[in-house]
Amino acid sequence: MHALANPARFLKIARPATSWLLLIALLLLAAGLIGGLLVSPPDYLQGETVRILYVHVPAAWLGMAGWGAIAAASISQIVWRHPLAAIAGRAVAVPGATFAALCLATGSIWGRPTWGTWWEWDGRLTSMLILFFLYLGYIGLAAGERERGGEGRMAALFGLVGAVNLPIIHYSVMWWRTLHQGQSISMTGGSSIAAELLWPLPLTLFGFTALFAAVTLMGMRADLARIRLEARLRRSAAE
Amino acid sequence: MSQWTFVIAAYLIVLVATTGLLLLSWRAMRRAETAAEIVRRP
Repeated sequence: MHALANPARFLKIARPATSWLLLIALLLLAAGLIGGLLVSPPDYLQGETVRILYVHVPAAWLGMAGWGAIAAASISQIVWRHPLAAIAGRAVAVPGATFAALCLATGSIWGRPTWGTWWEWDGRLTSMLILFFLYLGYIGLAAGERERGGEGRMAALFGLVGAVNLPIIHYSVMWWRTLHQGQSISMTGGSSIAAELLWPLPLTLFGFTALFAAVTLMGMRADLARIRLEARLRRSAAE
Repeated sequence: MSQWTFVIAAYLIVLVATTGLLLLSWRAMRRAETAAEIVRRP
């Protein structure tokens, strides 16, 4: 992490990485979405609507992982004063909020034919909605601090406190059993979903993650360029 | 309503949102980097 503390060194890696991540995302998403829409079979109970899984699960993962990245950037900023931490936090917030919103939207569309309702104040749905509002608060706070020329410490503290919601989202399906199903996919194996249905999911999961990483790098590059521009304009004004 | 209507609606929303996010991020990055480059030139 500290090897990347130098913005020039970071940009040397970020420029080619942005294109590579976009290419990887395109290939994985094309394979995963074609597989999910046209190749994998319908579920014996849910029918065709099970295909929403291939976009809903990556959106949920990235909505939560995005806030995890904001919390990690916040620790890095507060404890080690890493020069790129605030920039990384700000760059993650917009794609994070987008994927949290997509998780809610695709979940709602999936819920209508499966549960018979677009929305229910269920533990998982409500905690995910809170995460989306936390993103909006973080974006506003970070932008306000950036405009005032602050270091973004309030946004970093907000990012850390907001991370309390992540375990609540994760365990909500065990604590409050209402409509949302329990955990059916595990990182350590033992999934309760049939392999014929599951195989496109890792493709879309890694594809959307690569896209998220590319968008984050673009946001960091834009922010760094704006900082360089402002510094040069200040220098020219002082001369 | 057909089950495919829900599937297509979910995929369309994701496609539009991610393409929009990608294009807006790309445009913001290109604009910022071009502006920084112009000011850097003597």
